[in-house]
Amino acid sequence: MRKKVIFRGAALPYLLLMPQMAVTLVFFFWPAGMAVWQSTLRQDAFGLRTEFVAFENFLDLFHDPIYLNAAWNTVIFASSVAALALGAALFLAVQADKQIRGAGVYKTLLIWPYAVAPALAAVLWLFIFHPSIGLVGRGFGALGIEWDYRVNGGQAMAMVIIAAAWKQVSYNFIFFLAGLQSIPSSVLEAAAIDGARPMRRFWTVVFPLLSPTAFFLLVVNLVYAFFDTFGIIHALTRGGPGNATETLIYKVYVDGVQNLNLGSSAAQSVILMIIVIALTAIQFRFIERRVHY
Amino acid sequence: MSGAAIDVEALAAASRRRRARERMLTHLALVLGVAVFALPIWITIVGSTHDTDTIGRGDVPLLPGGEALHNYTTAWFQGGGGRNTFAVPASTMLLNSLVMALLIACGKIAISLLSAFAVVFFSFPLRMVFFWMIFITLMLPVEVRIIPTFQVMTDLSLIDSMTGLTLPLIASATATLLFRQFFLTIPDEYVEAAKVDGAGPLRFLKDVVLPLSVTNIAALFVILFIYGWNQYLWPLLMVSNRDLETIIVGLTKMIGIGDTQNEWNLIMATAVFALLPPVAVVVLLQRWFIKGLTETEK
Amino acid sequence: MASLDIQGVTKAFGATNVLHGIDLAVADGEMVVIVGASGCGKSTLLRIVAGLETPSSGRVLIEGRDVTPLEPADRDIAMVFQTYALYPHMSVFDNMAYGLKIRGLPKAEIRARVEEAAALLSIGQLLDRKPRQLSGGQRQRVAMGRAIVRHPKLFLFDEPLSNLDAKLRVQMRAEIRRLQKRLSVTSLFVTHDQVEAMTLGDRLVVMHEGRAAQVGTPMEVWSRPADTYVASFIGSPAMNFLPATLTEGGAAARLGGGAVWRFADGARPGGEGRAVTLGIRPEHLLPDGADGLPLGVELAEPLGSETVVHGRLPDGTALTARLPGGVPGEGLRVAPDLAALHVFDGEGGKRLDPA
Repeated sequence: MRKKVIFRGAALPYLLLMPQMAVTLVFFFWPAGMAVWQSTLRQDAFGLRTEFVAFENFLDLFHDPIYLNAAWNTVIFASSVAALALGAALFLAVQADKQIRGAGVYKTLLIWPYAVAPALAAVLWLFIFHPSIGLVGRGFGALGIEWDYRVNGGQAMAMVIIAAAWKQVSYNFIFFLAGLQSIPSSVLEAAAIDGARPMRRFWTVVFPLLSPTAFFLLVVNLVYAFFDTFGIIHALTRGGPGNATETLIYKVYVDGVQNLNLGSSAAQSVILMIIVIALTAIQFRFIERRVHY
Repeated sequence: MSGAAIDVEALAAASRRRRARERMLTHLALVLGVAVFALPIWITIVGSTHDTDTIGRGDVPLLPGGEALHNYTTAWFQGGGGRNTFAVPASTMLLNSLVMALLIACGKIAISLLSAFAVVFFSFPLRMVFFWMIFITLMLPVEVRIIPTFQVMTDLSLIDSMTGLTLPLIASATATLLFRQFFLTIPDEYVEAAKVDGAGPLRFLKDVVLPLSVTNIAALFVILFIYGWNQYLWPLLMVSNRDLETIIVGLTKMIGIGDTQNEWNLIMATAVFALLPPVAVVVLLQRWFIKGLTETEK
Repeated sequence: MASLDIQGVTKAFGATNVLHGIDLAVADGEMVVIVGASGCGKSTLLRIVAGLETPSSGRVLIEGRDVTPLEPADRDIAMVFQTYALYPHMSVFDNMAYGLKIRGLPKAEIRARVEEAAALLSIGQLLDRKPRQLSGGQRQRVAMGRAIVRHPKLFLFDEPLSNLDAKLRVQMRAEIRRLQKRLSVTSLFVTHDQVEAMTLGDRLVVMHEGRAAQVGTPMEVWSRPADTYVASFIGSPAMNFLPATLTEGGAAARLGGGAVWRFADGARPGGEGRAVTLGIRPEHLLPDGADGLPLGVELAEPLGSETVVHGRLPDGTALTARLPGGVPGEGLRVAPDLAALHVFDGEGGKRLDPA
């Protein structure tokens, strides 16, 4: 799609585009290209010699149990976060969509966590789950549950999942609520007259009409869980205990910044790029499909 | 006959009761939801009003104490964080975060507006190539190209500078796409009228496009301000000079690995500082915020 | 098929009273049209019958059974909405079959009923389409079909034709009437269009500010309107109203300008000097060169076989006349067909019949 009427100008459009293109080229394309190039190189332990190894970095990754563990962690983490955040948001949106007093107040009180940085969300939940100063952490202790996410990997994973999902619910809530409000009330009334009870109405009419929103949010939530949760893990567990909460994105950071294993880190970056490209492609494919409803 | 009438009364009463019960359940569910969201904040605010020992002992207070003024002034002027020797005052970190968030938000809006204007209102060679190049940046978040970007920053000597902190983040595919979408809805007649009046493209941008874009800019600003404020990985990598510390990163550095000896009350006061500006923006500018959020994702 | 009784139904939204007590009895197989301007409460009344709103007081009976506390699902009714309210994610077949599936009918019967209804509405070839692939008229038919397959006790129509273009509207109007007669389902039809009301209804309910201003057959409502509101609402161009006072012991009325019109059907009560409003439809004004009132023509709209003339009497009262033939010349005088004269109370506007 484009305009029929346009301005003429030889240099002006390039001038207007220049700031954006400069930033994009220097800080996006150049590093991305370097990542691809470095992913085919390997340095020796002292950083003195660099040799070309083609796909060896990738092959090593696929045989590295620590990397595979990080991949598995990511799958568990991302799917739990998406399921939890989507489920809670849908439930709350359905409640808030009902005609009740104070709906606007509830709405405001449910959307503000969007503004909380992931790392900050982690800190807030740390205050709750900390084994010695946290409300719930100490509560567990009092109940005789051995609670220490700094030692127990499963507990650490549960905690980062809760903090990550908690922060994402308000985003999903806003979209689900908008989706619910775009369903014409007459369609729901028609279903009521056709004899459908509230539960049936939800599953046969509301939910199918909401499914484009839900699918879109699923992709967004996966992207969020994959890439935007670095702060949560860094602030809460540093990937530990052991490697229990090390996700792919966290491992790129650890290998690149702490272990200075540039070849492997670059190869991991390339894999992540492929994942983002796939997810973005799915999302845009689907947006084209979505217009029909 | 009268029996039937009573039956109906009973039915009506039952249906009223059922509706009242449903309403109750709805309120209950929402109140619970709100509580789950508010709980961590409440604990944090309460914690920030007690002294170190109360929290350190593990007596989790549920009601505010009397140390609020002391904690907040200490955090504001001196900073804290227990055994971390390099305490940075919250005021410094807040200022850094504010400058970073504003630069990122305004920078993104400015350069996206210009590039969308060029792509929509001009025809020139390689137009679509530029457009797709901007589009592709959607797929290259910082997180996936950490190391090479860091190397570029080192080569350009931008480490430990506000420029380094903000400049690489101001390219924005989302904002460009949003402005492009919006510009496409500006009727051709406006451009024709401008041409007839003898107004050039820059004048058209200033007199027509900008005024029409005000609501979009406002909505985008809210989203991008929060985006900027909440940056984590990038400042973590870019900044080692603690005078440039932003509040989110600074806060997590105060905690370290979650030691009991931390000055939790100061940490919590700092967390409240970190929380306040973006939450205030969302709550006060709720309308713009929702518009910005739902439209950038179209 | 069943009768419908609405008894003393009122509705208030907060402090606003929308319905002030409606009573209506609809006989088995009858089509009653509720007509009125927007905001008169007609849609609210329909939604109360459907069970989508709860009345503040009063009862709704279907087939003699009080359904007031029942959910819409339990009333065995079908409704056609103004926006059609088709389920966008279901095919035409599934749209029509939805209510039957919920009632647990066997698959074969569902198919038979849907196909029968589709044939009746000539949408048999559309059954696999989604609503978005249909034109407005086709959607309207599907909405009708969804109501028909259910074999409900009651059809409710909420301005179903107002989203169609003028030509289609006339066509669908005739079709709805034909179907309703053929299926003889008790029906309630809400519209703001008086032509639709006149042509569709066995009886009309003219609603005004939350009250039923008049209930009657179209001809009754047209020829004996209960008050000035009904008189002005039904008929086009609208009835003329002239302020007057009774004279000759109630046997005649004196207009503001001094002319005296003698009633053809007998004296009105109230005696000498009572303020009344005379109503005369534009088509009941005749050109009369001798005794007529002089009409200063302000606008003449020639329609071919007749001409609608807008003018003023010497005392300034506006008057519209529908005269046969072309545009009249200078010095037009018009006189009423006194047999078609309506008399209303000067205060409140209620119809005044001979004592």
